[in-house]
Amino acid sequence: MSELSVNHLLGIKYLNSQDIQLIFETADHFKEVINRPIKKVPSLRDITIANLFFENSTRTKLSFELAEKRLSADVINFSASQSSVKKGETLIDTVNNILSMKVDMVVMRHPNPGASVFLSQHVNASIINAGDGAHEHPTQALLDSYSIRERLGSVKGKNVVIVGDILHSRVALSNIFALQLQGANVMVCGPKTLLPKYIDKLGVKVETNLRKALNWCDVANMLRVQNERMDINYFPSTREYAQQYGVNKALLDSLDKEITIMHPGPINRGVEITSDVADSKQAIILDQVQNGVAVRMAVIYLLASKIKH
Amino acid sequence: MSQKVLLNAKEVNIILHRLACQLIENHGDFSETVLIGIQPRGKFLANRLAKILKEDYRIKNIQLGYLDITFFRDDFRRGEKTLEANTTEINFLVEDKNIVFIDDVLYTGRSIRAALTAIQSFGRPNEIELLTLIDRRFSRHLPIQPNYRGRQVDSINKEKVKVLWKENDGEDAVYLINN
Repeated sequence: MSELSVNHLLGIKYLNSQDIQLIFETADHFKEVINRPIKKVPSLRDITIANLFFENSTRTKLSFELAEKRLSADVINFSASQSSVKKGETLIDTVNNILSMKVDMVVMRHPNPGASVFLSQHVNASIINAGDGAHEHPTQALLDSYSIRERLGSVKGKNVVIVGDILHSRVALSNIFALQLQGANVMVCGPKTLLPKYIDKLGVKVETNLRKALNWCDVANMLRVQNERMDINYFPSTREYAQQYGVNKALLDSLDKEITIMHPGPINRGVEITSDVADSKQAIILDQVQNGVAVRMAVIYLLASKIKH
Repeated sequence: MSQKVLLNAKEVNIILHRLACQLIENHGDFSETVLIGIQPRGKFLANRLAKILKEDYRIKNIQLGYLDITFFRDDFRRGEKTLEANTTEINFLVEDKNIVFIDDVLYTGRSIRAALTAIQSFGRPNEIELLTLIDRRFSRHLPIQPNYRGRQVDSINKEKVKVLWKENDGEDAVYLINN
């Protein structure tokens, strides 16, 4: 098994466990590369990648761009706020115009779920989903699992709880798929209003009490409260949310064991987690960011090798 | 498919000792020299040479590393398969050092071209030499020649040279395989 089973990375849903294994092994090599004095390899020097961001992003965009540049790909950036999308151009027209400039791969973030699947059916390029609405964010889930593997040795058999706004989160769904593929036990925890109905049908445990969830888990992935996606009030106040579902140092110290804390960023300090937790040794938030570049290099490298010369 | 023994275990052993002595002749106590095995197959030869230098010739400060060239190869996307990477382990600085690249077979020279680029990521060495167990003459695509060679072989392109190592393949031997 030295090749991905897919030609696009549209979601974790479409991958199998060997794909994830291959991505992680390749990422190990790239992690070594990005810690060299010169952090660049020439593998993708004849590949051009377009980063299309129809929604705001800081870390994902930077991380992808850095991964592409470390692989020596040519990179063009596009963000919807400064483009002809505002003039009414359709998604397919926008992308086809870009592809006619001989682009081989597209990294796309889009507010609509399924946008990357739709695109992969209509244009001739390798597509990487960098987040589509509240659907999937596959590279984030991969780097989360990779970070767990790095910290705890493996993902298999570990208890992982995803805490917070599950309803609006693409990170949650991709993480559930990725963790289950690797044999981890998954729980979601949050206020009832932010847990999707029937989420237990995905085979995850559901818990509304944070202390119980933390006592059960080895790893807690704290999601951001996505205020920008909330059309109604899902909880009475931010203060009440922080009291019920925020993790602070006193809570962590009162648990029987030491758990690992993750956060996909950007952090609302004092809401999901307090500063002393975010900056503590138990948190691997900055490792996640560094691993993000290595994992994205691996994904791009493996997909690019399937584009025939 | 037919195969012919080019070197048996005894001959491999004699050649390894000769190569070790040639290295000592040029590099003395190895204080300014590092040995780099080219992954994947050069690693075995590099390990073997380092062992001989340490155990039989009592050289203490042998620095040994392995270099993977996968991401520097010039045939990415040209073949059917994805190029699979190996581990790079270079836990020392190569700045101003004398490097000896070690690989089992020198054929087109493209791997060594990739290795010359790859090693630049670790600093600017003083000089780079090449040691190879088998030198397939008349088959080079690039102007690259070894400084130390075990055995020179004239082979036609469809023939394959296979180097086996006891610790990995069960025996020390070199075969010429004709498909």
